[in-house]
Amino acid sequence: MHPAVQALFVIVIGVGGCVGYFYFSNLFLDKVLYPARGPHAGRNINRANMIRPWLFLMPALVALGLYLAYPVFATAWLSLKGKNGDFVGLANYSQMMSEAKFWESMRNNMLWLIVVPALSTAFGLLAAQLSDRIRWGSIAKSLIFMPMAISFVGASVIWKLIYDTRPEGQAQIGLLNALWLKFDGGIGSLLLLKVLPALFLLSLVAAFAYVGWLLLRPLVTTPRREGVWVMAARALGIALILFFVFELVTWLAGLAGPLPYGTPQTWLTLPYWNSYFLMIVLVWIQTGFAMVILSAALRGVPEDTVEAAIIDGANPFQIFFQIKVPQIMSTIVVVWTTITIVVLKVFDIVLAMTNGQWETQVLANYMYDKLFRSLDWGVGSASAMVIMLLVTPILVWNVYNARKEMR
Amino acid sequence: MADLKLVNVEKAYGEVKVLKNINLDIKTGELIVFVGPSGCGKSTLLRMIAGLERITGGEFTIDGALMNDIPPAQRGIAMVFQSYALYPHMTVRDNMAFALKIAKKTAAEISAAVDKAARILQLTPYLDRLPKALSGGQRQRVAIGRAIVRDPKVYLFDEPLSNLDAALRVATRIEIAQLKENMPDSTMIYVTHDQVEAMTLASRIVVLAGGGIAQVGSPLELYERPENEFVAQFIGSPSMNLLAGEITGTGAITTVKLDNGGTARSTVPTTDADKGLRVNIGVRPEDLTAATADSLFTGEVEITEALGEVTLLYFKRATAEGAQLVAKLPGIHTGLRKTTVSLTALPEKVHLFANGKSLLYR
Repeated sequence: MHPAVQALFVIVIGVGGCVGYFYFSNLFLDKVLYPARGPHAGRNINRANMIRPWLFLMPALVALGLYLAYPVFATAWLSLKGKNGDFVGLANYSQMMSEAKFWESMRNNMLWLIVVPALSTAFGLLAAQLSDRIRWGSIAKSLIFMPMAISFVGASVIWKLIYDTRPEGQAQIGLLNALWLKFDGGIGSLLLLKVLPALFLLSLVAAFAYVGWLLLRPLVTTPRREGVWVMAARALGIALILFFVFELVTWLAGLAGPLPYGTPQTWLTLPYWNSYFLMIVLVWIQTGFAMVILSAALRGVPEDTVEAAIIDGANPFQIFFQIKVPQIMSTIVVVWTTITIVVLKVFDIVLAMTNGQWETQVLANYMYDKLFRSLDWGVGSASAMVIMLLVTPILVWNVYNARKEMR
Repeated sequence: MADLKLVNVEKAYGEVKVLKNINLDIKTGELIVFVGPSGCGKSTLLRMIAGLERITGGEFTIDGALMNDIPPAQRGIAMVFQSYALYPHMTVRDNMAFALKIAKKTAAEISAAVDKAARILQLTPYLDRLPKALSGGQRQRVAIGRAIVRDPKVYLFDEPLSNLDAALRVATRIEIAQLKENMPDSTMIYVTHDQVEAMTLASRIVVLAGGGIAQVGSPLELYERPENEFVAQFIGSPSMNLLAGEITGTGAITTVKLDNGGTARSTVPTTDADKGLRVNIGVRPEDLTAATADSLFTGEVEITEALGEVTLLYFKRATAEGAQLVAKLPGIHTGLRKTTVSLTALPEKVHLFANGKSLLYR
């Protein structure tokens, strides 16, 4: 049979089967199982109406159960088995825990988890606000959104070219190295690579410190009765900010040291920094997503609350941070958690750019390594379970917020 | 103390001038109401005074200081929005305190001002609630409280009652009147499309129409001595009847021979030169009374509306496109439908308009 005819055949069978299932099962329920006649007509109608939703949900439930729920349990079971299929208890987990590469993945994942959602959301919010009122704002938005249309692997290839390195003396095709070689250690380099970044980092530290103080202030000054969750959120925010401040201060200290001017750098092999170079790719992609959602949310902020704030004397920054952002906070949380989930699953970028070498390993790529390269199903499944455990609470929180948003 | 002065103020969007030649002198302590049909620019004018819209021409001064390019917060104004515009994420207390916090007032000053405003507006029990937990009337009071705490020179109200239901609207209207009573030194500008609000609240009404000011005056001045047909018909409900005719007798009492065959006499004085002038006479429905002889108008009653205190008579139109005449007779009148009725009015109640302008103001 010709493949096209075969495909058509499958489509007809599939669609016909679905329609037939819904039609005939409904018919069976109404005419045979609980017919709406006889002495118990009323009771039968009620019972049929109780069963009907389950009848219609059945195909979806079966498909989801088969392709989502079953694999979870199968993976959990596999993670308890050894190489020969024998039951080994938690041996796979303890083996995994003793591997340095696993802890490296955990550490990197945490770093990704903090940096990427924070930067994507912040840049997205910035882009949404800045492009809101200008004439070419929609063009800017389309450009920022465009990376969303590129696959992670495609984006990785693009950025690999940017980070590309050629031996000294050859023309550098990598954008970053080409720029890097323009700096010779003179006054211009000093200004652009030391003073300017230092000022930028200092202002960032100051901004973080200010936000941290805003979060901390209600806890120390006015003992107001706040919910446990609000307090927990504040504590989490402060912890995040402490982390950022610590990182930024380390960078500042690093800026003080000498920089290797004049030699092309292999950016992706610089430990610690290379993780950030990979994160930039994901930030580049996710900023567009954050911008689109937050831009819609910002549009939803009632214009007259902004005008009331103008009359109350608020400057643009105060209007943005004290009037607009609080009103779209729930959207920001949804965007943040959605990106967090993407980040926890990050795989393609690492695989395509470094494959976890030079201390850039992440959990998903670690799992892939174990499952399909070492063919160690036990440890691979165990790491899959770890990823799932990490994603689940964030997923629940995300769904909770998204539903709250919709109400 | 705040005297507002608008000199030749205009507003243009590109080539289109939506407001022009606005000249107004507002004295301290006045409650000025801007009223007019929708789209007449009354809200735009208010927003220009607030500083939310740019003034594209002319001068606007408060106490002699030019305000054209002064940011809203420094004009000494406070505004109450139609939709309340409360900050939804802040409690009532924070909503009222926001402007003071921005102005870097001390915590003691802020809480004193907020508590005082809350007491005036009976909002004290609700200070820690979010706006969504308040009723419409309470939200409106918070919006007013937010204006009061700033102790502004000028209060601006942009249709503050139009989101309230009818009963609450009357109650809040009276509250605003009392508020004004308690703050005799503050100047208020109030925008509305509801002429009852305008008539009851205003010390002076500004009627806006067609991008300009049609008339400025006290409510009764506008009612008794309208400057033009627009104001005559806009103020009062049902609106004033207009009947075309020609002046036949002049002097202290002007006689007009109406096109419908009736005769009208008016106390609006005219000179001999006016003889033969085409005019419209204006008579308010409530000024029409049953006539025995020498009637203004005779016609068949098409519809009656009995409201108890008054009965409205709607007369059959003379021509299909002609205006419908309405009379408002005190008390209850039954059985007038489909009958022919003659009506007249006292000469002092008859207005004269030539080319839309009142002959009183020449």
